[in-house]
Amino acid sequence: MNQHVKDSSDVGDTVGTTDGATPARPAVSRRSPWRWVMLAVGLAAALVLPWLIYPPVAMDIAAWALFAISVDLLLGYTGLLSFGHAAFWGSSSYVTGLIAIHWGVPFPLAILGGMLFAMAIAVPIGYLSVRRTGIYFAMVTLAFAQMIYFVANQLSSVTGGENGLQEIPISFFGIASVETDAFSFYYAAIGLILLGIWAAWRIIHSPFGRVLVAIRDNPARARALGYDVDRYKIVAFVLSAGLAGLAGGVFAISHGFASLEELSWTTSGKVVLITVLGGIGTLWGGPLGAATVVTLEDKLASSGFEGTGIILGSIFVVIVLLFRHGIWGTVRDLLLRRMAARRDPR
Amino acid sequence: MSPFVQYTVQGLAAGGFYALAALGLAVIFGVLGVVNFSHGAVYMLGAVAAAVLLDVIHVHFWVALMVVPILLFLFGVLMERLFIRWLLRLDPLYNFLLTFGLSLILVDLVKRRYGVSGLPYERPAGLDGQLHIGDISLPTYSVFVCLLSLLVCGLVWLLLTRTRIGMIVRASTEDADRTRALGINVGRWVTPVFGFGIALAGLAGVMAAPFRAITADMGSNFVIILFAVVVIGGLGSILGAVVAGFLVGLVEAYGQAYAPAFAQVAIFVLMAGVVLFRPAGLFGRDESA
Repeated sequence: MNQHVKDSSDVGDTVGTTDGATPARPAVSRRSPWRWVMLAVGLAAALVLPWLIYPPVAMDIAAWALFAISVDLLLGYTGLLSFGHAAFWGSSSYVTGLIAIHWGVPFPLAILGGMLFAMAIAVPIGYLSVRRTGIYFAMVTLAFAQMIYFVANQLSSVTGGENGLQEIPISFFGIASVETDAFSFYYAAIGLILLGIWAAWRIIHSPFGRVLVAIRDNPARARALGYDVDRYKIVAFVLSAGLAGLAGGVFAISHGFASLEELSWTTSGKVVLITVLGGIGTLWGGPLGAATVVTLEDKLASSGFEGTGIILGSIFVVIVLLFRHGIWGTVRDLLLRRMAARRDPR
Repeated sequence: MSPFVQYTVQGLAAGGFYALAALGLAVIFGVLGVVNFSHGAVYMLGAVAAAVLLDVIHVHFWVALMVVPILLFLFGVLMERLFIRWLLRLDPLYNFLLTFGLSLILVDLVKRRYGVSGLPYERPAGLDGQLHIGDISLPTYSVFVCLLSLLVCGLVWLLLTRTRIGMIVRASTEDADRTRALGINVGRWVTPVFGFGIALAGLAGVMAAPFRAITADMGSNFVIILFAVVVIGGLGSILGAVVAGFLVGLVEAYGQAYAPAFAQVAIFVLMAGVVLFRPAGLFGRDESA
């Protein structure tokens, strides 16, 4: 309907598609030893993290990393910017908390419940939201997330309203160290996060994921090839909500509370910031962005500086203006260029 | 009957804020293709500016009504020149994210300077109290807000439909390339139009100052409801923005009166309904066209 939408496609720099090195093509080919080196480094980083920094902060990084990957599944691989993912992260943290409080089941089961709930509310929200694309999709998802926020605020007999859910217990088959010690809890919970990241990787590299990329790059052509574009988008939306819910559940158990903050639009904005900062359309971007933002926030909070929004907002402005490929995207482009130069020296 | 009329006037007053700000959003989107996330922050700046001007140099409400929009117009011009301009040729999502970042900065700056508790603002003399029409009494300020916002919307409508500038703005909204081909310098109007849209949000903020709690966060929820307004009205449509603004104000007021718990939710239910049955919005044209 608008001229500017057409303009942008001429230039070719749409969100999600980066440049010649599109995320659709793996940066490092499947057989390359680099791939295994990177995977090993990533796994090692996830495992030694609580030795290096305060374990609850390490847990936050892991949870936000998966949350960012869930957003990137839509933004980077389907071309949809969800600005309302707090709805899934937040509602799952509430439901996880409620299950843990009232039923006292081991925490992975409580998180599974939260995740399923997030996926359940993602069905109607996704169904409605995919009717619009681009900037409208962002606005509609944002509005629906705000609606969930208001509902949670009103149902204060269940959610605790402004106070949130307090004192969510950790139950883990009676293993005392996991139930009381953040360091051991990290190792009990990191498996869930890694499982989530693995699931995202599987989705992206499956035939289904390829169709998503096709839809991102050219929805009209995908439709012409016989794919039900809207249905693919809804399924991607629900899967993404499930990953966000998994991350939110881990976050709630780790902190022992769930608050309205988890449902607020600032949370939706923060996860988009992390995704863009790390690099859109790259699985490594989420963890890198999460590590940067969470550590920064932790440092700012402990130094008593109160203007976190000023710092985060400035990062957002700089990234969007100057480094639209994010940390990982920028590094990868440099590496690819160097590798290309070595292979084909002129 | 009387309470119903009161709710209606309250709704139209709240709708006046939405209509004015949504009008600014729609004008900016029309010409620049930018959805300005910082619109709520600018609305907040309008109210804070009015309060600070009154407190520090005793600028009267009526003067603030003129001065603050001009100041914010300049702020908008600066914002467009420094930031928005560089991303205009890219996917509109980038400017959406950029203005989101700017609004985080603005809100926290105000929070650090003026704290989180509200700034005081007294209702100007003459607009305080109640207006009696027959056996119905209405708060004067609400009536004033309704009338002024309708007046401003009307003026903007005249500006857009009866002047040469308005014609250029509408033509570039319709088809920027063809307008250029007709020898009109579309780029020249980009900055002033952005400033104008910002000024409208600022005006809504000044009008809200005596009416609402003036806090750094007052725009946060406002901007999301504003998005619901433009989705309902159809983002490209000027008339849609105004009509949907008042409509949402009414829904909110009746909601608060008859089902207080779900007043805010009702707005989003309305939006869901529009997205379901008329995805392009009440007054919008089909996106794919």
